[in-house]
Amino acid sequence: MSAPLLNIDDLRTHFPLRGAGRPRDGAGVVKAVDGVSLAVRAGEVLGVVGESGCGKTTLARAVVGLAPVTAGRVLFEEQDLAALPPRRFRAVRPRLQMIFQDPYASLNPRMTVFDAVAEPMIAHGLVPRGEVAGTVAALMERVGLARRFVRKYPHEFSGGQRQRIAIARALALRPRLVLADEPVSALDVSVQAQILNLLRDLCRENRLTMVLISHDLAVVKYLAHRIAVMYLGRIIELGEAEEVFDAPLHPYTRALVSAIPSPDPDDVRRPVILPGEPPSPLRPPAGCAFHPRCPYAAPECRATRPELEERRPGRHVACVRLDAIEAEESRGGRV
Amino acid sequence: MALLTVENLRTYFHTREGVVRAVDGVSFDVAPGETVGIVGESGCGKSVLNYSLLGLIPMPPGRIESGSARFDGIDLLGCGASRLRSVRGKRIAIIFQDPMTALNPFMRVGRQITEPLLLHDRVPRREAVARAVAMLEAVGIQDAPERLRAYPHEFSGGMRQRVMIAMALITRPQLLIADEPTTALDVTVQAQILALIKEQQRALGMAMILVTHDMGVIAGNCDRVLVMYAGRIVESGSTRDIFHRPRHPYTHALLASMPAVQARSESLYTIPGLPPDLALEIRGCAFAPRCRHAIDACREAACAPREIAPGHATACERAQRGEL
Repeated sequence: MSAPLLNIDDLRTHFPLRGAGRPRDGAGVVKAVDGVSLAVRAGEVLGVVGESGCGKTTLARAVVGLAPVTAGRVLFEEQDLAALPPRRFRAVRPRLQMIFQDPYASLNPRMTVFDAVAEPMIAHGLVPRGEVAGTVAALMERVGLARRFVRKYPHEFSGGQRQRIAIARALALRPRLVLADEPVSALDVSVQAQILNLLRDLCRENRLTMVLISHDLAVVKYLAHRIAVMYLGRIIELGEAEEVFDAPLHPYTRALVSAIPSPDPDDVRRPVILPGEPPSPLRPPAGCAFHPRCPYAAPECRATRPELEERRPGRHVACVRLDAIEAEESRGGRV
Repeated sequence: MALLTVENLRTYFHTREGVVRAVDGVSFDVAPGETVGIVGESGCGKSVLNYSLLGLIPMPPGRIESGSARFDGIDLLGCGASRLRSVRGKRIAIIFQDPMTALNPFMRVGRQITEPLLLHDRVPRREAVARAVAMLEAVGIQDAPERLRAYPHEFSGGMRQRVMIAMALITRPQLLIADEPTTALDVTVQAQILALIKEQQRALGMAMILVTHDMGVIAGNCDRVLVMYAGRIVESGSTRDIFHRPRHPYTHALLASMPAVQARSESLYTIPGLPPDLALEIRGCAFAPRCRHAIDACREAACAPREIAPGHATACERAQRGEL
């Protein structure tokens, strides 16, 4: 097993609310990420899934310094990024790149493709001036865009092509870790498949480590070796992608997997319909944050917040009722 | 007897860049109580098609160039604005993708939900409010009498979509057009909303046109499917036919490029190239430049949809010849 490249230790990102928008009932802090520990191994693709507001994007942004770290550590190359002074952080930053969801918003409309891809390597002095043009051309080819496109502007490209440009820009700095935040959500299925194949080839060839954030479990399953499932700022299940997908353990993961529309019209499985919606991170429920919607909830779920525990090798679940649920299931019943 | 019959509909947009053939000769029908899915990628014309039926196309630049649409004996395209107003929002209702922009942010939701009743049915206000409360409860919103006084921003995305559904169904329409009704929602909420729509559809015996880009949503919810590409229907058939026996290369590609159906080691099927620019004249089959099965005949003349099995039509020349 390779050593972790990125080690997130009890990370918390809290956003205090100030001024007129503050709710009257005294709720004053959005705990977007609230105690996440996660080790990303060198060379793996780790998927982070969860619904809107679960904190998956904030987690990635906190790692690359785009969101504040309230508490906890982010260890990358044996340094705690959260404690690094800005100048030293900037020295690490090239090896830590992000790909954003919306390729319409993440590229500067006034910069040509050449400038957008060349800018980071020039800014960080990674490539001698004389070699910039050649490097950009090689990157363009690598992401599947014709070299002659380098003088064009973002508006002249389709969504899929723009996402290729954003990927080229992220790769320009030869990062060791790429955090991809919903890289295909804005794209049509046929284009989505092109970008997913590209990302997978890049990870394999360049031995890239990637954290892939998505609300779409199918997308994550396709690329990721392991999956972390988040709910309201915490990881509630972590394990090998195939296992989490095929045999989810946490009641929330079970519902999430069952809710993916099946592409088979003869599939008779009915999704588990959860009552209600994810609660506001402003007012998280006591105990297990999922208990108000959980079909298996018991009084103890209200009392204690479950910690992520290793239930079988490499499989971590945060649910105090798991033993009871599994015992009941092995008897063929439902809790 | 079909509830809705659309024949040879063409909706073009006359822009400075040229004439965009957004919908280019579409024919289909919807039976009472039936759910017809329309699937296709962005820009294929699936939304323009439905907006054309309801007179929601901005004209100019849009223009309905040809075709007819008959709904329960009414000619939707030729009946005139005031007649259309008496149908739209009463007998044909529509739910849009984004409930935040489709609801009026300055109006309490109670007024928005009761509006169709007050306008179309001249129901006394007190009765309209009572029916709005019942409708909100039916779509799963708790404390309905109080929630009527709330503004749209006080609801979450899923709850807003429930409000939209309540508003659409309060007049007991015969046809519901749902345009990507769950695309903006999380998957667990999507499951709730789809279950709710189906339950209400059964209760009212209503027909539905469900527009989506998600083949998974189609599979679980539709009786029949129309696959659109570049403004035309390229394949139509029962949901089972479309999924188990796709007879157009585009349908096949759409199914094969879904990540869910494949194991991790395989590469996803991709369609080379991009959909055509609809402002340019397309000779032959619009999919031919991206199709691995295309032959010279495909590039020369467009192929009209034809039935190859009862209820299953394809616009693929080679499938019609029995070569695919």
